[in-house]
Amino acid sequence: MLYVLSTVFVAYLSFRQILDPATWNALFWIILLFASVNAAARSFMQESSSRHLYYYMLVSPQELILSKIIYNMLMVLILAFIEYFFYTLFIGNIIQDHFSFVIALLLGSMGFSSLLTMISAIASKAGQNPALVAILAFPVLIPLLISSIRFSRDAIFGLALSANTGGVVILLALNVIVVMLAYILFPYIWRN
Amino acid sequence: MKKYWWKVLTCTLLFYTVAMAFTGDVPALDILHETIRNLYFHVPMWFGMIVLLTVSLVYSTKYLGSNKIREDRVAVEAANVGVLYGILGLITGSLWAKNTWGAWWVNDAKLNGAAVTMLAYLAYFILRNSFPESQRKAQISAVYNIFAYVLMLVFILILPRLTDSLHPGNGGNPGFNTYDLDNRMRLVFYPAVAGWILLGVWLLELRVRIARLRDEDKETRA
Repeated sequence: MLYVLSTVFVAYLSFRQILDPATWNALFWIILLFASVNAAARSFMQESSSRHLYYYMLVSPQELILSKIIYNMLMVLILAFIEYFFYTLFIGNIIQDHFSFVIALLLGSMGFSSLLTMISAIASKAGQNPALVAILAFPVLIPLLISSIRFSRDAIFGLALSANTGGVVILLALNVIVVMLAYILFPYIWRN
Repeated sequence: MKKYWWKVLTCTLLFYTVAMAFTGDVPALDILHETIRNLYFHVPMWFGMIVLLTVSLVYSTKYLGSNKIREDRVAVEAANVGVLYGILGLITGSLWAKNTWGAWWVNDAKLNGAAVTMLAYLAYFILRNSFPESQRKAQISAVYNIFAYVLMLVFILILPRLTDSLHPGNGGNPGFNTYDLDNRMRLVFYPAVAGWILLGVWLLELRVRIARLRDEDKETRA
């Protein structure tokens, strides 16, 4: 939270007002990207291996990954809305279709969080190297990031949601793919 | 001879490709001019890369089912050769872009997709290097491989189709098939694709054999 707030403030100090939609949008998503990497990366890293053993005995891996994903989704969503609020406060709000933008935020941050949860699980098994999460996550995050940026750009220009179903479908499909992959593959990571 | 026939075939196809690429007749077209000959090198690289990365995916999945280190070896070597093909594809594409679009790199969905794919597989190699023990390394990196492959597929096959691209066949540009890949070129292009893919499989086979010998050597010493 403080991370988002201070980044937005730094952006405000360096840019003052942003009226150019492309820059506004890109900066918004980049801040969200780094904030969620920081937040979600911790989901497996911070826990000790004895706690993992405890989880291992208590719940099935599928339940564990789904609950972690849901928790991270909520966290990143809250981050996204906090960012939205402060961004509007400091840098200005140039969005014409707010409803579409909120949908973009919702789907984008859900995708970010589920992907990062999975990557964090992979990285935590590879030792405690914090840079590894970023290295592993960025290439696979880019499809999601680009489709979210494109979709929210349309929202800024005021394209109604009904005219932009393609963007919604892509984002939804990416979300579903990521969650399904996580659900299928997580047990293999968890076993050892 | 039975075992070698496909290697002979690879050599024949590639000699034929190279010979025809530099001396064969090509249609005279605006902008492309003689650079159209690059079609026999650039496009098969991507076909080869996708085939090899798919092999890598299949063996990663098989590894998760069986836990045999042999399968992991194929997966990682296929990714290696696939990345080599990807880099060659980027180089040939870059040369082609310089001569037709006027820049070494343009902001195009397919180019960015290719670059991201390279990054994802380099990340895969970094992930592998951070494990000391081979069973765990194989397992975790197999999971990442499957993850990366699926997202790569989305990125290079689906997203460019939805946006404008300078590549033929996207965003209102006509595909090669419609007018400029005439029958003479087709006679070279299909053998070229087959030849380069077979060469990739050959490289893969050699690399797997080297890796196996190295592992066996390590075991006998230990």
